[in-house]
Amino acid sequence: MDQGFTRRDMLRAGAGAAIVAGGTTLTAPAVHAQATTTLRCGFWDHWVPAGNGIMRELCAEWGRNNRVDVQVDFITSVGNQNLLTIAAQAQARSGHDILSFPTWEPSAHARLLEPVDDIVGRLIAKYGPINPTAEYLAKREGAWRAIPAVSGSQHKPSLARFDLLQQHAGLDVRAMYPAEDRLGPGVDQWNWATFLTAAERCAAAGFHFGLPMGSFTDAVDWVGAFFRSHNAKFIDENGQVTVRRDPGVRAGLEYLVRLARFLPNDVWAWDDASNNRALISGRSALIFNPPSTWAVAKRDAPAVAEKCWTFPMPAGPAGRFTPYLPYFWGIWSFSRNKGPAKGLLEFLSDRTSADRQTTTSSGYDIPPFGSMSNFDIWRTEGPPTGVVYNYPLKPHHQAQQSIAFAPAPAEIAVQAYNQAINTKLVARVAQGGETIDQALTWAERELRNFARG
Amino acid sequence: MSASGAAMTAGRTEGVTSLQRFTRRRSTIAFLMTLPLIAVIGGLVVYPAGYAMYLSTLNRRMTEFIGLEQFAILLDTDTFWMVIAQSCIFAISAVFLKAAIGFWLAHMLHDIPAKGQRKWRGMLLVPWVIPPALSTLGWWWMFDPSYSSINYLLNVFAVPSVPWLGEPWWARTSVIIVNVWYGAPFFMIMYLAALKSVPEQLYEAAAIDGATGFQRLRYVTLPMMRNIISITILFSLIVTFANYDIVRVLTNGGPRDLTHVFATYAFQVGILSGNVPRGAAVSLFMFPLLAIFAYFVLRGVTRRNKEES
Repeated sequence: MDQGFTRRDMLRAGAGAAIVAGGTTLTAPAVHAQATTTLRCGFWDHWVPAGNGIMRELCAEWGRNNRVDVQVDFITSVGNQNLLTIAAQAQARSGHDILSFPTWEPSAHARLLEPVDDIVGRLIAKYGPINPTAEYLAKREGAWRAIPAVSGSQHKPSLARFDLLQQHAGLDVRAMYPAEDRLGPGVDQWNWATFLTAAERCAAAGFHFGLPMGSFTDAVDWVGAFFRSHNAKFIDENGQVTVRRDPGVRAGLEYLVRLARFLPNDVWAWDDASNNRALISGRSALIFNPPSTWAVAKRDAPAVAEKCWTFPMPAGPAGRFTPYLPYFWGIWSFSRNKGPAKGLLEFLSDRTSADRQTTTSSGYDIPPFGSMSNFDIWRTEGPPTGVVYNYPLKPHHQAQQSIAFAPAPAEIAVQAYNQAINTKLVARVAQGGETIDQALTWAERELRNFARG
Repeated sequence: MSASGAAMTAGRTEGVTSLQRFTRRRSTIAFLMTLPLIAVIGGLVVYPAGYAMYLSTLNRRMTEFIGLEQFAILLDTDTFWMVIAQSCIFAISAVFLKAAIGFWLAHMLHDIPAKGQRKWRGMLLVPWVIPPALSTLGWWWMFDPSYSSINYLLNVFAVPSVPWLGEPWWARTSVIIVNVWYGAPFFMIMYLAALKSVPEQLYEAAAIDGATGFQRLRYVTLPMMRNIISITILFSLIVTFANYDIVRVLTNGGPRDLTHVFATYAFQVGILSGNVPRGAAVSLFMFPLLAIFAYFVLRGVTRRNKEES
């Protein structure tokens, strides 16, 4: 027996072994990567069925790598279920850790949302600036209250039948906006004056432009982008109501009343599906919509889908603006898992994850970074190949995103937006027979009351 | 004092505590048994109503108490006055038509022999048992601005298309039609039950006196049905004023807010536009008027019941 191995050494060795064994047991979850945190996410229930699958996949992937159990619910926007969920959780101060917030909700619940400047700062450093419309909607009191999401964010550019526009209006939109990073001949003439002529000619040929004028978002969005391109402000940045004295509003209103004569006579009652049906059924030559309409046509009316093309909105005196309806990912301030929540959102926002989301949604999802407007899906999707190439805004489009009623303070703008003050203004004159002054007086009073209380 | 009384006195003094006496009281037992119902009513009616009242006194950001300012702002808004007018037009005309059609259907059914009555009663009740959001969707397909099936049929007979949802008066008519279609069976079944309870002898006596059909209706049927008519009209008026799904699905309040009723406008203002206090004020606006109306109707019913008894 080794003289140096005493009874005391034996005990020490035994205790060490026990500690090692115990330590192994204690650290087993870490070794075997068991989740120690549960993160509850409520994402938007995507129109494109595969859009939910990729979110689930990305969350599971991140959860595995970070030992977090990520539970994902998908909340539909049908019947405004997502708005009701947000309102209920805000009142109860309880619910998911992360929620998808539609366009105006981050500013409505800014006080209850965890600032995410740290994540946004890192993302901007990597991918460049976020578009100003998303910043307007998500930033309150100098802090980012939510991250502009990829999943669910959409543009509503022109989606048209190129054959009908060429035949009846003499516009070759595929030549104007080819599936390449360049502009073609005739782009400088793609303005609202040309648009009016084209609308008249197509209407005369029995293919009205399918432009809704009701109170749903498709109507408010395109009319909002139109007014923005006329530099029309209903309310200024300080909350002052300027609608009556703004020359852009008056000029835009006069134009829209003229345009309404060439639209179907029931556009005042159209909802967000009516314009889609108008294009898919072959009755309409042009709508303003994301490519979901084209995707449905590809399935239900392939002959129509093959003749569709997406391209930017016409330009007005103040420039070219595309309606933009982003979603946001926000973290409740009452969440107990803010750290993991931030980690997941940063992962979902990186370029690889964004590409996977956009690709899975057939190009529908628009990332908030201009540097991410070159994903392959937009080049390859078809038929016709390149149909959605110009769906994201690219630098050569010389266009900007817009949201109706910006730059008014968000808490006033959201009321004007959801109560469709811009389309009702047009309807009062074009359908209701009021004078422009009467309609503007009505709008002024409504907008002033939004700012009160 | 009787023996039992003496025993009871002895009992009171021998170990029966006041708590035990309290729990043995009939009123206490009754209260305990109704407690679940009181809790349900408190949780699902009183608390939400009270909370809505509280919300309506806050500012837009819900950070400050502003009293009745939200109501004052509403009364200064053109759209809200249109909502009041439309709600009244919608509720009064729909309830009147539902009551008239229900009354007529009840008489028709009452005259059918009992054997064949059941199947007619079942068929006529179908609109009332289908969830209104679902049946309204069916109506929406028929009224669809571009692909209306009713217009298709009209066109077959060379009648021009009707802008069911696009033109204000047609849109108002459409929402009333759907509400009447949905609600008339309720009146029918209530009136049918009331008709069955009118004693046949009264009609026989009226016939002996030489009363005409109208006179029997005027002097026998209507007085005997007065209470049920009052209660059904009150009930229906409250429900119709609070209607949401029909307008929401058919027109979303359009065109130009001319079909909005209180509930749809409250949702638009409160939830969609993020102004919860003003939305609460919209939804509470009719509460005092309906409460006064309900008070007088129910008082009349009670008085008549007392007179009859």
